[in-house]
Amino acid sequence: MPLLNVTSLNIGFGTEAPVVDGVSFCVQKGETLALVGESGSGKTLTCRAVLRILPEAAQLRGGSIRYTSADADCDILSASQKTLRSLRGDRISMIFQEPMRSLSPLHRLGNQVAEVLHLHRSISGAQAKRQVLAQFERVGFPDPERAWNSYPFEMSGGMRQRAMIAMAMVSRPDLLIADEPTTALDVTTQAQVLGLIKELQRETGMAVILVTHDLGVVANMADSVVVMNKGRVMESGAAADVLGAPEHGYTRKLFAAAPVIPEVAAPSDGPQADDDLILDIRNVTKSFAMRAGGWRKPLIVTACRNVDLKLARGKTLAVVGESGSGKTTCARVALGAVTPDAGGEVLFRAHTGAPPIKVHDMSAAQRRAFQRDAQMVFQDPYSSLSPRMRVISALCEPMEIHSIGTRAEQREKAAEMVRMVGLSPDMLPRFPHAFSGGQRQRLSIARALTLDPKLLVCDEPTSALDVSVQDQILTLLEEIRDRAGLSYLFISHDLAVVARIADEVAVMRGGVIVEQAPPETLFYNPQHPYTKALIAARPEPDISRPIDLDLVSKGAGAPSSWPEMFRFEGADAPALREMTPGHMVRCHA
Amino acid sequence: MILLRYAIGRFVTMLLTLWIVSILVFVIINLPPGDYLSNQIAELRATGQAEGVAKAEFLRREYALDRPLWEQYLIWTGFAPGPQGFYGLIQGNFGWSFEFDRPVAEIVGNALWLTVLVNLAAVVFVYVVALPLGVLAAAKSETWVDYTAGFIGYLGLATPNFLLALILFYYGHKYFDLPIGGLMAPHFEGQPMSWPKVKSILVHLIVPTFVIGTSGAAAMMQRLRANMLDELSKPYVETAIAKGMKPSKMLRKYPLRMAFNPFVADLGNLLPAMVSGSVLVSVVLGLQTIGPYLLAALKSQDQFLAAFVLMFVALLTLIGTMISDLLLVLLDPRIRTGGRET
Repeated sequence: MPLLNVTSLNIGFGTEAPVVDGVSFCVQKGETLALVGESGSGKTLTCRAVLRILPEAAQLRGGSIRYTSADADCDILSASQKTLRSLRGDRISMIFQEPMRSLSPLHRLGNQVAEVLHLHRSISGAQAKRQVLAQFERVGFPDPERAWNSYPFEMSGGMRQRAMIAMAMVSRPDLLIADEPTTALDVTTQAQVLGLIKELQRETGMAVILVTHDLGVVANMADSVVVMNKGRVMESGAAADVLGAPEHGYTRKLFAAAPVIPEVAAPSDGPQADDDLILDIRNVTKSFAMRAGGWRKPLIVTACRNVDLKLARGKTLAVVGESGSGKTTCARVALGAVTPDAGGEVLFRAHTGAPPIKVHDMSAAQRRAFQRDAQMVFQDPYSSLSPRMRVISALCEPMEIHSIGTRAEQREKAAEMVRMVGLSPDMLPRFPHAFSGGQRQRLSIARALTLDPKLLVCDEPTSALDVSVQDQILTLLEEIRDRAGLSYLFISHDLAVVARIADEVAVMRGGVIVEQAPPETLFYNPQHPYTKALIAARPEPDISRPIDLDLVSKGAGAPSSWPEMFRFEGADAPALREMTPGHMVRCHA
Repeated sequence: MILLRYAIGRFVTMLLTLWIVSILVFVIINLPPGDYLSNQIAELRATGQAEGVAKAEFLRREYALDRPLWEQYLIWTGFAPGPQGFYGLIQGNFGWSFEFDRPVAEIVGNALWLTVLVNLAAVVFVYVVALPLGVLAAAKSETWVDYTAGFIGYLGLATPNFLLALILFYYGHKYFDLPIGGLMAPHFEGQPMSWPKVKSILVHLIVPTFVIGTSGAAAMMQRLRANMLDELSKPYVETAIAKGMKPSKMLRKYPLRMAFNPFVADLGNLLPAMVSGSVLVSVVLGLQTIGPYLLAALKSQDQFLAAFVLMFVALLTLIGTMISDLLLVLLDPRIRTGGRET
């Protein structure tokens, strides 16, 4: 008897065709089932139907979800609210995608987690606290008592997700549903959280339904796989079969699109002598003063320290790091949006041999000229286009601001750019909501291109997109770079994304560059423990190569926990040394 | 500890604000040309009553109305010596009312406490009515409960207060034998507090509280409903349901706590709106609050009385804001622990 048996589940909205259409699968006791699919595939609705927490407008149109365990046997879709409540959180629990918003900011963690026990067991406050503290310790809080008293906003994303896991696990459920539990986290944190779920599963023997779009995560976690697309099951079976020899065309497509860190046979052959730099960032440090309130001294936070970056014309320089590593500050400094602390310089040469513009110290006229030459592509295509502006106006706006051309010429240029990014000019009069995420990102690239810039700063341009779309956007960016002779400063948290597009990769951690090299060299011979952790943490869609959690936790810890050679504390970092030509590592000699 | 320091800081800002308000009030009251006494003198001259003129001239000197405005201000507040030495607001002298020919303190003395009482009752009414209705409307949004609550709310907002007062008096008297007008039965006026007098005041309070509080409650309810709806779509609500909580309990523990912040923050705005809004109501209902005095004083340029009433309203507002700020700090850990190391 399977623990959970979903048969021909049918969910729809209004009078529309169903968005989950005849989905069937079973989950055995203790196994991990991965629901894989892109946005809009119906995977999230399916997993929420198991707990019957669907949006109000969603209609359950048919099918059944049978839950069978030692002490219960019921059809969840027809169960009473009371039965459902006794299952939720006790026998079946759930963790959500956004740990930042899934906990109430006004209640202490201890209160929120212990609540599960009080709801389902008659238990004294002291007993509940003891169990919760044990669970906190189990999920990796170094100081459970402190975690008990903390508010969610006092913790990092990874720690909040651990708290969510503690909350889901404290009642020892039979089934854990994890809806994209690591999508909002950094790769290294993701690896640790996945490892934790796996360990807890081994300990308690619970089953897991893991909803994800990342085949790498699937390969590391799942025993069986259900691939969904547009509300239907495309392919399902044991993980080894589906991942080893995907039958369905859609699954194969997903595989082809999944970004991977390439196997490199040899390092790149030394540095190319490149003195035609379009962007030259020298010794940039940026610190922010955080108001501490009242008359107390403001807190100084250093976002990046002694950063040197050189971007050669026509090349792509990638800056990779986790959130808080200072990579976005680098991008903002490069665009002149943030002025570096005294001593730092940012030089920009629009043309070969032209006198450099000091980006850190521009006059108003220089800034206007610079803005035409340096443009930005943003992370979130859903919020970077105004929903109240037609696409044509959004595309013409930069030209209007810089008073370039007549109205007709502006429209002509906009149409040309839209063609360049692979869309049709008839789409111009539409509003952004009529476009998918990938199309919107194409539009925001088109907008950045309307001024014929020389430099494009791309801030995580693909991280909000589905894998298959991610792949298309990267291809597009490569094409445009080569056709228009652009140079990219590419910001990302994902080495695999950067692997194909970058000519040079700088890995940042805690505000400093820890390793810098061409991607081939970096992947062939990573030196720094943090780079190694980043590479190891990237889940690969191959079940024979699981994440090496040891390597991840060694490198992803605080700089003070790194091996002797790389260790440092606070601002006291060792220098960036050239190990082999073109390969720089921050380490003690 | 943090709270205490915050409270002290807030209190200091409150005093500073009050000081600035006093300047504004004084300047604005003196903006129209002339003052009560010069108007009176002109009138006495015109009607040929020369003997009155001497008294008025004496009063002008006595209250320093013949001095420059800034000196008048300093004397009024008590920062500078007047004809009687340092004797102004901060020394507890509220000034003289020319219109009533009595000290301001004597005129408004009783009215102050009744004003505080009436408005406090109205604030309590607003919160007691708006809280359950707003939560209910949000929890049952787009059902008949929501629509009915919304309809009553908008009706409350749209009905002029004085009209509501008249209607309530008529029907209240007809069916419930409620008293009409006033804040106590006439024979208790001027009497010391006693149990029957308290009872009389409470009975008389019913209609005014309802009238003054209705529009505030309606607005507050709509705001609470909107805040609750925002909160209900947040992921932590889903988390709570996935834990197996009952919807009613979940509603109280999570979204309501979040929606409560703006609700509390409104306290500061509510007080002045009600005090100034209740002027007309007080006139219609014959309440012995400071509202009618303010109206009379402004009409006749009775400057010390008007200034004092305005200062009093400002003080109520500032106290309301301070209470709501302190409550917010107590309620919201994000404000409380804003400076705490993580």
